[in-house]
Amino acid sequence: MTSVLHLDGVDRSFGGRQVLSDVSFDVTAGRLTGFVGGNGAGKTTTMRIILGVLAPDAGQVTWQGRQLTRDARRRFGYMPEERGLYPKMTTREQVVHLGRLHGLGPAAARRRTDELLERIGLGERGDDLLETLSLGNQQRAQIAAALVHDPEVLILDEPFSGLDPLAVDTVVAVLRERAAAGAPVLFSSHQLDVVERLCDDLVIIAGGTIRAAGPRDELRAAYTSPRFELVVDGDAGWLRDQAGVNLVDLDGRRAVFDLAPAVDDQSVLRAALARGPVRVFHPVTPSLAEIFREVNQ
Amino acid sequence: MNTYQATRLVAAREIKVKLRDKSFLYGTLIFLLIAVASTVLPALLQGGPSTVAVTAAQAGPLRTAGLDVLVVADDAEAERAVRAGDADAAVVAGPTVIGDDRAPDDVVRALSTAPTVRLLDPDAVDPVTAYLVPFAFAFVFFVMSQTFGIQVAQSVTEEKQTRIVEILVAAVPVRALLAGKILAAGALALGQVALIALAALAGMRLAGSGDLLALVAPALGWFVPFFLLGFLLLAAMWAAAGALVNRQEDIAGASTPVQLAVMAPFFAVVFLNDNATAMRILSYLPISSPTAMPVRLFTGDAAGWEPFVALALLLLTAAGFLAAGARVYEGSLLRTNGRTSVRAAWRQRERIG
Repeated sequence: MTSVLHLDGVDRSFGGRQVLSDVSFDVTAGRLTGFVGGNGAGKTTTMRIILGVLAPDAGQVTWQGRQLTRDARRRFGYMPEERGLYPKMTTREQVVHLGRLHGLGPAAARRRTDELLERIGLGERGDDLLETLSLGNQQRAQIAAALVHDPEVLILDEPFSGLDPLAVDTVVAVLRERAAAGAPVLFSSHQLDVVERLCDDLVIIAGGTIRAAGPRDELRAAYTSPRFELVVDGDAGWLRDQAGVNLVDLDGRRAVFDLAPAVDDQSVLRAALARGPVRVFHPVTPSLAEIFREVNQ
Repeated sequence: MNTYQATRLVAAREIKVKLRDKSFLYGTLIFLLIAVASTVLPALLQGGPSTVAVTAAQAGPLRTAGLDVLVVADDAEAERAVRAGDADAAVVAGPTVIGDDRAPDDVVRALSTAPTVRLLDPDAVDPVTAYLVPFAFAFVFFVMSQTFGIQVAQSVTEEKQTRIVEILVAAVPVRALLAGKILAAGALALGQVALIALAALAGMRLAGSGDLLALVAPALGWFVPFFLLGFLLLAAMWAAAGALVNRQEDIAGASTPVQLAVMAPFFAVVFLNDNATAMRILSYLPISSPTAMPVRLFTGDAAGWEPFVALALLLLTAAGFLAAGARVYEGSLLRTNGRTSVRAAWRQRERIG
């Protein structure tokens, strides 16, 4: 597959402090890739390097197998973490301006801006000065600014922060459209529930190194220890003495436990049934937050 | 899209925003009014010829001198006319000229005979003009490089403060951003100067003192290239100063050296304009040559080759400052934590793009 944004062994330090070391991952065309990590983990630095705003000390970024040039990057869409547009210009004007800086002709820039503002619900406020818009609407304007030139690749740093749930849905729909049109979309977020709901692929960074990367479901499977939840009518305390069961949580009738390798979950279920009715018995898949915590340990 | 096209887009935006800025428009309007007023008002205030009350017998020479004659019956009535304010002056027997609170010069002149004067070494330029014109040149350069320089710095800081700079840098070369801003400020400054000059010329025509134009024209031709290069040099410094800080409030602090570079030549030329040695030195120093050399050309002190040498020196220095300013600008544009020192900005060498 050639339509891949590929990072290969990227290092970067600031004044002797190593911020990224050997960062490598892929962002695949047509898929939404969530980029998660704690504060200071290196997400923003990585994105800035992809956009060429910062230079890597070592390593490289390629798109469709070729080293990135400024001309290639001009066809990228970028939404920086720290928002900003010109406060004294109208939304429409500056989105047109940014479209032109990204290489659109005057007519195309105007047409795309009109479409986009309509699409993200800013059509009526398009001719107001940006500084008069609410923060949420400024955020929408920012997204329009990143999308105006129909970017080949989208890099969005925290695109959902500051958005109300409705606006999140609008933006998600727009991002999905871009992905469906064949663009790789990389977005960072620390709202892990949003990432979990949204992304196809996942990259987890901590302390400047990539801790896990791949399709979300594969990662989830990989980080799933055989964990089960059991709810019975009586007291579940007997599980303590059951061979191969490692109790995680016990609360009267309810228990959460991990199974030692090679222990059959059905034998535990039979043991429970032998003691009375079983109300709940199911494997527990970890949430993204739990995976995140685990890889960060 | 190449750097040139990006530069044009950036410059076009800067100009568009500025042309809609009310304070800029009102400022220009006020400048224009001042230019017209300062050329027209003196002529208006001078007023017409004095009205002089005189008996019919003595009216002849006064009429010939072009004065406004009010014919009265006798000398007593002539004096009454002055007291009542109907006439500015009266001429009575003697002849004696009667004035209200000061001697009416034009009436006195009309009645006296001036001797012929022959000067052996006439001043090429009228001394008042010789003082005012250099001052005007220095003032125009001072005001323009200050106001439009600050505008460059503010525009740089605004992009840093709002963080839009990150989007811009990802899309266009940093040098295109810098060049676009300086170009826009230069074009606006030159446009404003041209408008003001036109207004002043129109005012002179109205007031009937158009002869000054012929006098100023040769120096004016030199003023434009010196103005442009000098402006370029200072604008590069202003842009660098603007890039060092993150907030508009901090521009004043960071731009102190630039303000000094704007102010020092202005005062030097104003105070030293009759000191030939000082002016010769000032007219070669790249920072002060934009004001000092046109002045020397105007007063006829400079030889024909001198402005070329000064201009070449200025060009080289401006190019150097532009390169240095661009490097500081590039090095500090993306540093958003606190104020960047010139040294840190100089060392920071992101291979952007």
